[in-house]
Amino acid sequence: MSGARLMVSQEMIQRMHAHGVETYPHECCGALLGRDGEGSREVADLMPLANKRDDSPRNRFELTADDVRLAEKTAREKQLELIGWYHSHPDAPARPSEYDREHAWPWYSYIIVSVQKGVARDTTSWRLKDDRASYDPEAIETVAHPAGI
Amino acid sequence: MAVKVIIPTPLRAYAGKQESVEVEAATVGEALSAVTTRFSDLKKHLFADDGRLRSFVNVYVNDEDIRYLQKDQTSVKAGDTISIVPSIAGGARS
Repeated sequence: MSGARLMVSQEMIQRMHAHGVETYPHECCGALLGRDGEGSREVADLMPLANKRDDSPRNRFELTADDVRLAEKTAREKQLELIGWYHSHPDAPARPSEYDREHAWPWYSYIIVSVQKGVARDTTSWRLKDDRASYDPEAIETVAHPAGI
Repeated sequence: MAVKVIIPTPLRAYAGKQESVEVEAATVGEALSAVTTRFSDLKKHLFADDGRLRSFVNVYVNDEDIRYLQKDQTSVKAGDTISIVPSIAGGARS
């Protein structure tokens, strides 16, 4: 999947940043709804969700199977696909941690927003490799407005 | 007894791009074993090195979570549907 691209509108980047700032110092999380294309995919909508890890929300997030099923249903209703997930790293870099890797699924896009001292900084996207050993970076291409691939 | 196993979207690439697979099995464990025997690349995404289901892999028989049934020993009968549903987790520090 090397060279994969993820198209995201500036408005959606801002919404993810705002979510990460709102929940700081806790992690925020949500679903990416969009369209999967050949070599590139597009985020058409975001679905903010509540972090279910209330024992350690500063450095962990969790979404249940019911959250996943709700996100899939919402995507279908909008004639979109559930293409991935976003979450924030409070006071940590926008790079997947070992814990992220252990819990990741292939195929999904994983957007990470670094929120440093309450301010959203870097935003990156990643896809787990087939062998689960590491990730491929997915280039985020900022577009003015969501559009069809 | 043929049961249907629904493959979640992120794993379909490892299951011949199929949304579901029919296998012969009497229990959930047999069904998952049959699926991962047929599609060996699925195995590392469903099972940890110790052979147990990964913690973020949820399995349902006709919408009942097998954790509240007999786990992988849960019986299945012809026509049952087994769904594999992801849960999602991560976090900043290891």
